[in-house]
Amino acid sequence: MLGLYLHRDSAIHRLPAGVKMGGLLLLTLVVLALPGGWGALAAGLAGAGVLVAAKLPAGRVLRELRSPVVMLTLLFGFQALLAGTGWEDTAIAVARFAALILLATLVTLTTRVMDMVELFERLFARLRPLGVNPAKMALMLALTIRFIPLLGDQVREVRMAQRARGVERNIAALFVPLLVKILTMADDLTAALEARGYDPADPGPEPGPHR
Amino acid sequence: MLSTRDLVLCALFAALLGGLGMAPPIPLGFLPVPVTAQTLGVMLAGTILGAKRGGLAALLFVLLVAAGLPLLAGGRGGIGVLMGPTGGFVLSWPLGAFVTGWLAERFATGANPLRLFAVSVAGGILMVYACGIPWLSLVAGLSLEKAAFGTLAFVPGDLIKAGVAAFAASAVRRAGVLPIHA
Repeated sequence: MLGLYLHRDSAIHRLPAGVKMGGLLLLTLVVLALPGGWGALAAGLAGAGVLVAAKLPAGRVLRELRSPVVMLTLLFGFQALLAGTGWEDTAIAVARFAALILLATLVTLTTRVMDMVELFERLFARLRPLGVNPAKMALMLALTIRFIPLLGDQVREVRMAQRARGVERNIAALFVPLLVKILTMADDLTAALEARGYDPADPGPEPGPHR
Repeated sequence: MLSTRDLVLCALFAALLGGLGMAPPIPLGFLPVPVTAQTLGVMLAGTILGAKRGGLAALLFVLLVAAGLPLLAGGRGGIGVLMGPTGGFVLSWPLGAFVTGWLAERFATGANPLRLFAVSVAGGILMVYACGIPWLSLVAGLSLEKAAFGTLAFVPGDLIKAGVAAFAASAVRRAGVLPIHA
């Protein structure tokens, strides 16, 4: 299943997902802690630096940013027109988040989905004392990735059937058959997993170094 | 403890949220904006699966969006979207599904569509807005009132979704396909 990942041969792409996520978290905290527009400026420069270092096409990155930026600009205009006062603070707030969204988008574009999922799994292993079962979380994530195209097909199929019957505008007519299908699929998939020897009581492998 | 069937159900509902995001939005003549059915999926995860499994299903979905799968309506995804102005509305889905389920387990165990509608509104709308509006206000530098005002346009569509979710959950329960609190 394809993600938003954009492959390039760069040092940024090769950085482990954990480093990139940690860096993003740290920069976010720094930007929010810095007073005024300095945080936005620092994050914006960092973003531009990463963009160049990762050899990503600027047009593609800006396309990802378009909808949040349009929305922030609209809100900003609305605010400046109606509120009159305090528009500088609003401009700074918007610039800060626009810069952070740029950084976050860059992390997504340079990190493979499976590397990110693996990072989540390592984090779940840390949460074991809180009652989180990392093996089950990992299995559910893998199953979900497998089921998404399946469910996409189901949604399309049911909608096509409803269109043929002339009830495509009735969302209720979509959801009832869809839910019944999902619930019967659950029975088959459960049987398939158990037939392959899956035992939910098995605690799974002990946490250890990945790979 | 989650049984094999629970794991499969959580993954299926998480995938349903993704499948709904991929489908083109449904036009409803009388509304200006087409309805994307993903929040409807959040309400259904709560009413059909209950608090724990429903919340888990929505959590799996949000994690995969964060991991970079373009699963939100319009093919959007990634951490940037979650950190953006409308990110709070998506990040709150696990909580929204959990609250819907928690309330459903207490007040809407039967097939009464009115009760199912009420719990869907509480979890799928109120809870989601209670997280999304402060987030929007923070990111866009808006006051809380202005952020809340800006989201009013989505309330009619969301109420319709809660109605459809209630109707569908009621039909599924009447059909007895799933013992709700198995």
